[in-house]
Amino acid sequence: MAIRAFLLCIILFSSSYTSFALYEDQVGLMDWHQQYIGKVKKAVFQTQKAGRKRVVVSTEENAIAALDLRHGEIFWRQILGDNDVIDEIDIALGKYVVTLSSGGSVLRAWNLPDGQMVWESFLLGSKPSRSLLLTPTNFGADKDNVILAYGNGCLHAVSSIDGDILWKKELAENGIDVQHLVHPEESDTIYALGIGEASQFEAYVINARNGELLKHSSKGFPGGFSGDLSLPTSEKAVMLDSSESSLVSVSFVGGEIKFQEFQISDLQGYSGEAVLLPSKLAGMVAIKIDRSLLLVKLKDEGTLEVVDTVPHVEAVSDSLSFAEGQTAFGLIQQDGGKIQLSVKSSNDWKSHFLKESIEFDQQRGLVHKVFINNYVRTDRTYGFRALIVMEDHSLLLLQQGAVVWNREDALASIIDVTTSELPVQKDGVSVAKVEHNLFEWLKGHLLKLKATLMLATPDDVAAVQRIRLQSAEKSKMTRDHNGFRKLLIVLTRAGKLFALHTGDGRIVWSRLLNAFHKSGTCESPRGIKLHQWQVPHHHALDENPSVLVVGTCGHNSDAFGILSFVDAYKGEELNYLAPVHSITQVIPLPFTDSTEQRLHLIIDAEGYGHLYPRTPEAVDIFQKELGNIYWYSVDINNNLLKGHVVKKNCKEGIADDYCFESSDLWSVIFPSDSEKIIATSTRKLSEVVHTQAKVNADQDVLYKYISKNLLFLATVTPKAMGDIGSVTPEDSWLFVYLVDTITGRVLLRMSHHGCQGPVHAVFSENWVVYHYFNLRAHRYEMSVVEIYDQSRADNKDVLKLVLGKHNLSAPVSSYSRPEIMTKSQSYFFTHSVKAVAVTSTAKGITSKQLLIGTIGDQVLALDKRFLDPRRTLNPTQAEKEEGIMPLTDTLPIMPQAFVTHALKVEGLRSIIAIPAKLESTTLIFAHGVDLFFTRLAPSKTYDSLTDDFNYALLLLTIVALVISIFVTWIWSERKDLQEKWR
Amino acid sequence: MDKGKAVMGMGRRWAVDFTDNSTSPPSRDIPDPLGFTRASQDQDDSTLSREKKNAEANWKSQKAWEVAQAPFKNLMMMGFMMWMAGSTVHLFSIGITVSALWQPVSALQGVGKVFEPYKDSKVDLLGPKLVFIALNLVGLGLGVWKLNTLGLLPTHASDWVSSLPPAQEVEYSGGGFL
Repeated sequence: MAIRAFLLCIILFSSSYTSFALYEDQVGLMDWHQQYIGKVKKAVFQTQKAGRKRVVVSTEENAIAALDLRHGEIFWRQILGDNDVIDEIDIALGKYVVTLSSGGSVLRAWNLPDGQMVWESFLLGSKPSRSLLLTPTNFGADKDNVILAYGNGCLHAVSSIDGDILWKKELAENGIDVQHLVHPEESDTIYALGIGEASQFEAYVINARNGELLKHSSKGFPGGFSGDLSLPTSEKAVMLDSSESSLVSVSFVGGEIKFQEFQISDLQGYSGEAVLLPSKLAGMVAIKIDRSLLLVKLKDEGTLEVVDTVPHVEAVSDSLSFAEGQTAFGLIQQDGGKIQLSVKSSNDWKSHFLKESIEFDQQRGLVHKVFINNYVRTDRTYGFRALIVMEDHSLLLLQQGAVVWNREDALASIIDVTTSELPVQKDGVSVAKVEHNLFEWLKGHLLKLKATLMLATPDDVAAVQRIRLQSAEKSKMTRDHNGFRKLLIVLTRAGKLFALHTGDGRIVWSRLLNAFHKSGTCESPRGIKLHQWQVPHHHALDENPSVLVVGTCGHNSDAFGILSFVDAYKGEELNYLAPVHSITQVIPLPFTDSTEQRLHLIIDAEGYGHLYPRTPEAVDIFQKELGNIYWYSVDINNNLLKGHVVKKNCKEGIADDYCFESSDLWSVIFPSDSEKIIATSTRKLSEVVHTQAKVNADQDVLYKYISKNLLFLATVTPKAMGDIGSVTPEDSWLFVYLVDTITGRVLLRMSHHGCQGPVHAVFSENWVVYHYFNLRAHRYEMSVVEIYDQSRADNKDVLKLVLGKHNLSAPVSSYSRPEIMTKSQSYFFTHSVKAVAVTSTAKGITSKQLLIGTIGDQVLALDKRFLDPRRTLNPTQAEKEEGIMPLTDTLPIMPQAFVTHALKVEGLRSIIAIPAKLESTTLIFAHGVDLFFTRLAPSKTYDSLTDDFNYALLLLTIVALVISIFVTWIWSERKDLQEKWR
Repeated sequence: MDKGKAVMGMGRRWAVDFTDNSTSPPSRDIPDPLGFTRASQDQDDSTLSREKKNAEANWKSQKAWEVAQAPFKNLMMMGFMMWMAGSTVHLFSIGITVSALWQPVSALQGVGKVFEPYKDSKVDLLGPKLVFIALNLVGLGLGVWKLNTLGLLPTHASDWVSSLPPAQEVEYSGGGFL
């Protein structure tokens, strides 16, 4: 007992000095940071000038980045907000990157060399429309280059020098869908082409200098149109008619619309939908039918001719014009593990500039996009490089028949994360290696010793730093004693699974799951969740752990489900079930079978539960617990919280033993005119709590109400659903609830008047912390609610406790309806928040820290002690000893408390805390567009020596002491002898 | 004996043991000479030695009382030290408390040994022993009291439940957004 008290004291003392800051030379020792950009949507090459060759890309993560063409590194990167989707990107004046985003309402120019924003223009319009960007290269004699941007139904001419809007023209009056802006070379007019509501072709002719509408003509086509316009030349457009059996070429020169229909006999031979590809090919259009590509040439007189059909085509690039009016385009054919890149001339379609076949990693899936660029070889001929975007969101540069570099940009869109232990270290390490290591070890420590004794030269210091950073220890592929080395298994939006090593962040394996391949029954497969499926320990140690990947085929709740089981060490897909019943909830149960597979209950759209693994043993285990398994559902649309109990095998499921019926138990209906559900939070299933008692300074005991079946739920008044500031404080209420998900009992309801969302909440042990906006104070607030079990409070008889005559450790049921007591307190908090998490440790003894993902994409570690509801203005001596701080209205933000130190986790989405084996330490993984990993010790590493501990110094001291003992002993002997002879 | 050895250790080469064992008749196997009666001689001796023995017994009981009261001084000393140590947990106060606990315990363990030299058929050692034990118990009590004031005694409910794991729950529930 005393030891424990002592330990607690140590924790307390060590935690009372809150300095987590790193020293400069500790950066990179236990943290790593990786930068990504996401799946590339558009790419523009900038290789004309000597300098650095680069490609500017816009991505689905709303990032604009300039990449080095030699290595694929990021020169600069700008990430726009979540709802600021980049529609178009181009280069203007040869020095600005121009982006059109937010549905065509924001036009920005970025400096090409360094990515600084030069100007920004807001383009206002009346109604949403598609957005188009046109940067004409030469407008006659006018020096001031003009950028034409169409968005929200308005055409704007913007000066590319300073972003001034020169003129504005409303175009989409009658629901006309403007699809193309054309600027014929050496002319002062602009054509805006579109299709009207009644399927008529519309052409506007506009004076480029002042925006004057010169002519507006429209003409209907009897057959109607389908799909989008394609624009092979600046004078004629091509599109498919509504029957998709013929092409229509439209001539619109001078606003005179002329149609010419053209039957494609070759189209008949194919089954499947004909799609006119949006690629801009000079003088040609590309039609894709069932993986084959038809290249159709548009002749001058407006007739069309099929010139070629190419099988197995995955992607076609836009045409690229280079030297003396030559134009070329690239296309990618893919067959099995091989891709073929061909660059063809648009003028003479039979000749190839380039035809390369490249062996390819199957794990990248199909090619989605290709962008080509030319360069001049040393022999003055033209070479081509191709940037391709793969199904797994990776980006590759092909040049001279080889992959020059690749970027795994799937990691910018992580959906879910889980961890896996590494294999246990096997015996049989070679002696030579050990000796080498010993020598290195000694050398390193001697250098360190030198540094400690201030004897080291700058070179030595650099060497010490290098040794520390490149420690082979941290990136080993075996389990370590402290549990720092693990595999982070991440599921990405591309359906690709990655295993990252926690030591250095390298990709151990990656796999594009077969289960997530598109097929007829499964049109848009996407991953939802990742669960630990099998975590072998003890008797099943020789088996590899595995993970369960859950996905669905569509966006509806009744879409088919996908289940895939993947080996966590090798990345092999062990088995997959697809398509299966729909999936709305995945409930990992607290039982495992004899092979340590965790039982999972998957609830489908009809409310039936399906048990996995599908073995009789699992059913046996489950049957025993039947009646004690409940589930709840939060229905945001209907403002409903419902509880269900799993009862018996399905009746009409007939022979399916693994299907279970559940019946509704309770429901909480929130009045939809006054409350809307905006956030929920529960405790993490894996969280370990050390004790149920909380001891105050005056030796008083409070019993925590610790239940895994508690749900925190926040609602706001419907008026307050909008952005901050859209509602007056009088009309805005925030309600928080604590609901028992077994009985539906509402344990707590609290209201905050004048507050609104967004609410970010984190639930741990017996407390909830939530973050919201206080409209009255014009500040963000964080509140804490601690829940204590009042029914246990009278367990205070020491004698009974000593003799064990208490029922504190007897299993409890939610139906016993224990009385609870809550304590709460609110504090102002300066930052708005993107994500909140809490540290978790192996045994739950170490004090906790909140991990707050701030709006600046950094992670702040805030001690839970700051969010203690018992803080008072003048704490007593006893309370001070307990570690309670004087009450302040604001939570302190110490610059040293940022665990991301100088780095940013761009587009931060989630923070995950993983306990290490060492009780004091927790591993933190934050992901967004970037990835960041570090190790955190909320109460300092009280249970181990730090990495910097100088073993050499210790050894030296011991040796010196032993020697001195011997020397003094010999001396004393000698002196004794002399004494006796005297 | 001990002394002799000790002296030998100091460098002397030899020693003679002068211990007279003639007073213990059973150890002798030589029969008494004729006409010699042991009884008369014993009687003669006894008057002389009785006085001597009485004096010795008195002295012994006096000494035993002194020994028995010795812990009292210790107690005062301890009390002073404890007062000096204060009531917060740190190295000094813990050291003092541990020694305050250890001293009486070790003294109690060696009660027999302490009073061994004064063991005599005529001396009643029960009184001194009881006093000795009582005083040491008081010392022990003082130590325990000190321990309690330091808060290291598990006398509160909190000490017994502080590491009690949370109770298991019968029901299990999971779920989330639809």
